[in-house]
Amino acid sequence: MNDEPVSNEPVSDEPMNNAPVDTAPPTKPLTRFIRPGEACWTLAAYLAQGGYRGLEKALGQSQEQLLEQITASKLRGRGGAGFPTGLKWSFMPRGASAPSPKYLIVNADEMEPGAFKDRYLLEQTPHQIIEGLLIAAQTLDADTGYIFLRGDYYLAQQRLTTALAEWQAHCLENPALGPLNAKFKIHIHTSAGRYICGEETALINAMEGKRANPRAKPPFPQVAGLWGKPTIVNNVETYCNLPHIINFGVDWYLSLGLGQDSGTKIFGVSGRVKRPGLWELPMGTPIRELIEVHAGGMCDGYSLKGYLPGGGSTDFLTQAHLDTPMDYDAVGRQGSRLGTGTLIVLDDSYCPVAMVLNLIRFFAQESCGWCTPCRDGLPWAEVLLNKLESGLGEAKDLDQLEALCRFAAPGTTFCALAPGAVEPLQSALKYFRADFEAHITQGCCPYNHSAAGEQHYG
Amino acid sequence: MTSKYAQYQPIPIRQLPMDEATGELSPQEKHQLDLLLAAAPQPSGISIDALKLLQASRGWIGDDTLLALAEYTRLPLAALEGVATFYNLIFRRPVGKTVLHPCDGISCDLMGGAGLRRRLSLYLNLVAGETTADHKFTLIPLPCLGACDKAPVMIANQILFERLNEQEIPALLETLAAEQGGETL
Ligand SMILES: Cc1cc2nc3c(=O)[nH]c(=O)nc-3n(C[C@H](O)[C@H](O)[C@H](O)COP(=O)(O)O)c2cc1C
Ligand code: SF4
Ligand code: FES
Repeated sequence: MNDEPVSNEPVSDEPMNNAPVDTAPPTKPLTRFIRPGEACWTLAAYLAQGGYRGLEKALGQSQEQLLEQITASKLRGRGGAGFPTGLKWSFMPRGASAPSPKYLIVNADEMEPGAFKDRYLLEQTPHQIIEGLLIAAQTLDADTGYIFLRGDYYLAQQRLTTALAEWQAHCLENPALGPLNAKFKIHIHTSAGRYICGEETALINAMEGKRANPRAKPPFPQVAGLWGKPTIVNNVETYCNLPHIINFGVDWYLSLGLGQDSGTKIFGVSGRVKRPGLWELPMGTPIRELIEVHAGGMCDGYSLKGYLPGGGSTDFLTQAHLDTPMDYDAVGRQGSRLGTGTLIVLDDSYCPVAMVLNLIRFFAQESCGWCTPCRDGLPWAEVLLNKLESGLGEAKDLDQLEALCRFAAPGTTFCALAPGAVEPLQSALKYFRADFEAHITQGCCPYNHSAAGEQHYG
Repeated sequence: MTSKYAQYQPIPIRQLPMDEATGELSPQEKHQLDLLLAAAPQPSGISIDALKLLQASRGWIGDDTLLALAEYTRLPLAALEGVATFYNLIFRRPVGKTVLHPCDGISCDLMGGAGLRRRLSLYLNLVAGETTADHKFTLIPLPCLGACDKAPVMIANQILFERLNEQEIPALLETLAAEQGGETL
């Protein structure tokens, strides 16, 4: 995650060069513990660089004080929807009459196409996640924490398991941590691979050993979630913000963002750019800066055709939107979503129909099958896109694709999978219409690269 | 081809032939299930963990395994079947010693992932979901593996292989086959 100098070498797996840690408020809090060539994921390294200071401060404060700070920080959930964290937490019953146990869940089921930020945080700073979880537990008086981890994240599992054991040992040596450690237990739950398990109510069903279909809301999980008890689900990156908000204060956190959103974000770029990778940057960093400066611009011989700003379930944007700040509302005003903040670049050599086909195939496969626009609509869209890509498309197919997008609009389905699935499709039909039409008029894929039938290969 | 996870211990390769996994639970498996049951707020909460545990020792989840699990845990067979068939990483059919999980996500495909998967398919003479006749490899592509900046990628033996290209596929498969012990491809 080096920022400078721009080189042709992909460097994202090199840990970032941060200023030596001191007690001064950092500009890149989430990655301040990540050190080049060092085992920065160990407890010793984390403590040496000032880890667990946020928790230390939290232990001296009341639950109301803590919740007030999280709310005032304007932290918004980093899992895709951008829901204000303080507001979500305020729905959880508190006080002596609250039901117990209360559960906290770290959503580490990252599987959104093009999203790779949570893996990075899980592997590099497991203690930062644990610290965030403990602060949430202290704030909400919770009893049990689960880290719901994607089954394929083997290294993350290993590091988290070690980190939890290190934390336990640390608590035994520090009497001040005893009460919290006695009350709040943390477990790792590894999943077995289905995108829908990342949806928070499906995740709860999965943890109860049921098929992971989403639940009807209300009741919201904050009131009746896991085993019918109050449950908060937050994204990995959301938890990572908490220690710093408590440690360095709300004013500092508010000042980090360039626009109306506060804090920093792990942004990512993948596709044919010179330096694909992840960077921690202020909220509101312009898309152009992300692609042209941090990702080094397009690879030689390729030009930018479009991009999905927030991962595979967000609408395409184009050259015309490059000066949009990566802010929840600003990206929303351009007709897309900030999503996970991991941008996927479409270059001019890759067929937009093939790109949308790949995404729709994924969403069709991952549909839980509960509602018709998703279970039947997405496979139908896949058939139509396959037909277009094979050169057999007709003009009416485009109308049908548009109709399928309308059927899956928000509000018509149980969860956000289907509405998200059609976002790249509906925007591709808008921005890359000529490409869709060329498949029909030329009777083949004009990119001379047919992705049709690719699902048969490994 | 060497991954940055050099420090990561590869999992031991299962050496049992396919048909050796019988329905009966071993004392060790029962013990591990007991531990899971003791820790779970309710028995159904262990479903995924239990299936993963049995799969780790048996390679896959056969009908007899599922039945034995249902009888031991008193969880409904239909519920366990519903969970077992829901997930990408629970195998309800026998798999080879090494399961190859090339990524078929969009960031990998933008960087040549489809060509890589085609090459794997042709080299092993398999389509997705199939196992080689010698039970060495099963090909199960997975969605985005969360390493899109290193595309195209593949997981095998719990190791992530990054920035792969088609040319190195034969050598990579030879290496993976050699890790299984016995003669190479
Ligand atoms: C199909 C689907 C998949 C999702 N996958 C994830 C995921 O892998 N990780 C995640 O944090 N949120 C995911 N979400 C969003 C969660 O439902 C939930 O909003 C989020 O975990 C809340 O955390 P936050 O408020 O911290 O963002 C997904 C949503 C949907 C509809
Ligand atoms: S939208 Fe799709 S994934 Fe979500 S509940 Fe409906 S069928 Fe299931
Ligand atoms: S698309 Fe292959 S790792 Fe993300």
